[in-house]
Amino acid sequence: MQADPPAAAGPVLSLDGIVKTFPGVRALDGVRLQLHAGQVTALIGENGAGKSTIVKLLTGIYQPDEGQIRVDGRPVTFPTAQAAGRAGVTAIHQETVLFDELTVAENIFIGHAPRTRLGLIDRRAMRDRAGDILRSIGADLDPAARLRDLGIASRHLVAIARALSIDARVVIMDEPTAALSHKEIAELYDLVETLKAQGKAILFISHKFDEIFRIADRWTVFRDGQFVGEGMMADVTEAELVNLMVGRSVDQIFPKRPARIGAPLLTVAGYCHPTEFEDITFTLHAGEILGFYGLVGAGRSEVMQSLFGITQPSKGACRIEGQVRVVRTTAQAVEAGIVYVPEDRGRQGAVKGLPIFQNVTLPSLARTSRAGFLRLAEEFALARDYTQRLDLRAASLDQDIALLSGGNQQKVVIAKWLATKPRVIILDEPTKGIDIGSKAAVHDFMSELAAEGLAVIMVSSEIPEVLGMSDRVFVMREGRLAAEFTGTAMTPENLVRAAVGLDRQREGEAA
Amino acid sequence: MTLLKSREAILALAIMALLVLIASRFPAFVAPANLARVFTDTSPLILLALGQMAVILTKCIDLSVAANLALCGMVAALMNGAGVPLPLILLTVIALGAALGAFNGVLVWALGIPSIVVTLGTMTIYRGSIFLMTDGAWVNAHQMSAGFKAFPRQVILGLPVMAWIAVLAVALVALLMTRTPLGRAFLAVGGNPHAAVYTGISVGRTQFAAFVLSGALAGLTGYLWVARYAVAYVDIASGFELDVVAACVIGGIAIAGGSGSVAGAVLGALFLGIIKNALPVVGISPFWQMAISGAAILLAIAFNAMSRREPGRIILKRAEVRT
Repeated sequence: MQADPPAAAGPVLSLDGIVKTFPGVRALDGVRLQLHAGQVTALIGENGAGKSTIVKLLTGIYQPDEGQIRVDGRPVTFPTAQAAGRAGVTAIHQETVLFDELTVAENIFIGHAPRTRLGLIDRRAMRDRAGDILRSIGADLDPAARLRDLGIASRHLVAIARALSIDARVVIMDEPTAALSHKEIAELYDLVETLKAQGKAILFISHKFDEIFRIADRWTVFRDGQFVGEGMMADVTEAELVNLMVGRSVDQIFPKRPARIGAPLLTVAGYCHPTEFEDITFTLHAGEILGFYGLVGAGRSEVMQSLFGITQPSKGACRIEGQVRVVRTTAQAVEAGIVYVPEDRGRQGAVKGLPIFQNVTLPSLARTSRAGFLRLAEEFALARDYTQRLDLRAASLDQDIALLSGGNQQKVVIAKWLATKPRVIILDEPTKGIDIGSKAAVHDFMSELAAEGLAVIMVSSEIPEVLGMSDRVFVMREGRLAAEFTGTAMTPENLVRAAVGLDRQREGEAA
Repeated sequence: MTLLKSREAILALAIMALLVLIASRFPAFVAPANLARVFTDTSPLILLALGQMAVILTKCIDLSVAANLALCGMVAALMNGAGVPLPLILLTVIALGAALGAFNGVLVWALGIPSIVVTLGTMTIYRGSIFLMTDGAWVNAHQMSAGFKAFPRQVILGLPVMAWIAVLAVALVALLMTRTPLGRAFLAVGGNPHAAVYTGISVGRTQFAAFVLSGALAGLTGYLWVARYAVAYVDIASGFELDVVAACVIGGIAIAGGSGSVAGAVLGALFLGIIKNALPVVGISPFWQMAISGAAILLAIAFNAMSRREPGRIILKRAEVRT
């Protein structure tokens, strides 16, 4: 069992020329990836590089449009999650998929429980084997305990035990340390070592450079759905990896028009939230576009939502033109002149079933009604004004918003907020998932708003967009403002270094 | 939008077809005087369906309406026995009904309990309160004043007051739905609660308002019911809440919220009312009547589900990718 010459000779699992497209997006464009037995391969890339898509391809959730997946050199396909499991590929997800009401043993063996001769589940064998597996990874858990009584770290152990129970040869760990404490992370590293010793090939997806350098043997970098490079960790430096991650010029054309930056409009001082963010302080000027960059989960949207009254900060003050404004509800935010165009338009933006014009006027009904009664003609006129400004393509404003394309729905949602005549507009990932043409229109429009003296905050994970559109950029990391960049300091490298915490690490090493 | 309109048009056509079918066997049924009688008989169902529609639009359900009706009806009867003048009784039952609805609404809003659980509980509480008030005793016709009993039956312009009240309520709720921010909020909250929050509409407060409306209408109907049938006891209108929900469902009010109209609720109630009145006339047993109502509900739901499916959408997306 120890001697394993065939596996040592080549990768256990290899992907070649994988292409996967979604409407309007080429998520993966001819990527390759190789995983070797007994080694940890780190997959590195920015948000949107295609890491999650790879995980879904390997676990049978998506099918590649082109390209070849090979296990031990033999071509395979994973039409279902079960097929991937049978081939020995298993994933431990960011939010681990487990069942709260079942026991540890049941969670480990769900779908492939040992059976008695009568075809019933052999509970004793299941418990015993679960106990064996848990012991083999050094987990001190009672197989009969209910999952809901366990903490997040124990759940990870159960997920890993589940992976081992199906005799996995390839283990995918997608940001496994994101929700763990320092002690739990150390235990996870030990576990990764155990899995390596057992000869598993491990794909480790992480944003954190310190842990990549600590536990990975090999690296692969993706950028914008393309394979950029691979190699051994021993032969690479942090700086080289960062360059590979961002290595592109800002070649897309952004129609940023120079706007006169005016007086301070919005001042946020010491905003804190018990669990999401801490000590957020910044000033936003009229006519300015302020970019907020960071990794997914850095707390950018959460800060914006509290500025907009969706959640309440535990501490801190918000001033508009020097006057303190208490924003506890969205209605108060709108009144104070702050509006927020959310990232998830389907869930948070468009009210399907209502016609376009009624979607536009939803937050402005106080203005379009008289003595408590709506005036439809007035609503229609307001909606027409703003949708025309955004060049909305719709047969009629009386049409259900659900019938519009994603880009046009985005325009309706933006029109809805502009119709409230705001002074600060917060756009959360304004061009995510929309086609190139609509993107240009949204960028153009942002420029126009700034030129009119509005203050714009743009939360974006796309570096070219952030650099192309912003006058200034804040980078958030783990719920804090990590850095501020202006002028020539606004480079892709600086943004990424601040977002992944490289600079902070340096300081730590120096001290 | 055209889909919604057509759904109501289809229901109207179904009602016409039903009337033609009944008329072919029993022509007297469609005489204007009899149709007016059927409408009057259906008025309580219409009144409650209007309130239930608002509640269902906001993704809730109010199972306590019939119990609310019975409690308010009993209070009206007792107040009449104590010699309270009718206008004051009317105001009291509307306010009491609204308060009972508000109690439902507060539990849903502040505590976030699912409305089906809340109203299942309050339904029993409201019925139980009637028993506590009366020890199970009935208030019979001879204990009610003549004016109290006569008011709903008074005929104005060919229709009794009870029917006019239903017409007025339909008009007012239609106005509320199409011409006020609250009506818009009912649709927005049910259509997309997340978006409603981001727009500054409080989901809980909107649901609360729907429960208050439903309760107030139930309270008013409580008086009408007791006065018309000239009797009040613990079990009046027992099980009526299911007829009310059925009327809404048949009328195309989406049980998932956010979609539906006043016209739909009224037509749904009329459909049930016509079946209930026609079957005995045609000589079909009341058990068939229940089966027919049940079949109508299933048909309505199947129709709604089918009209919501979007055929070919996924295939089209794939085609888009290939090109």
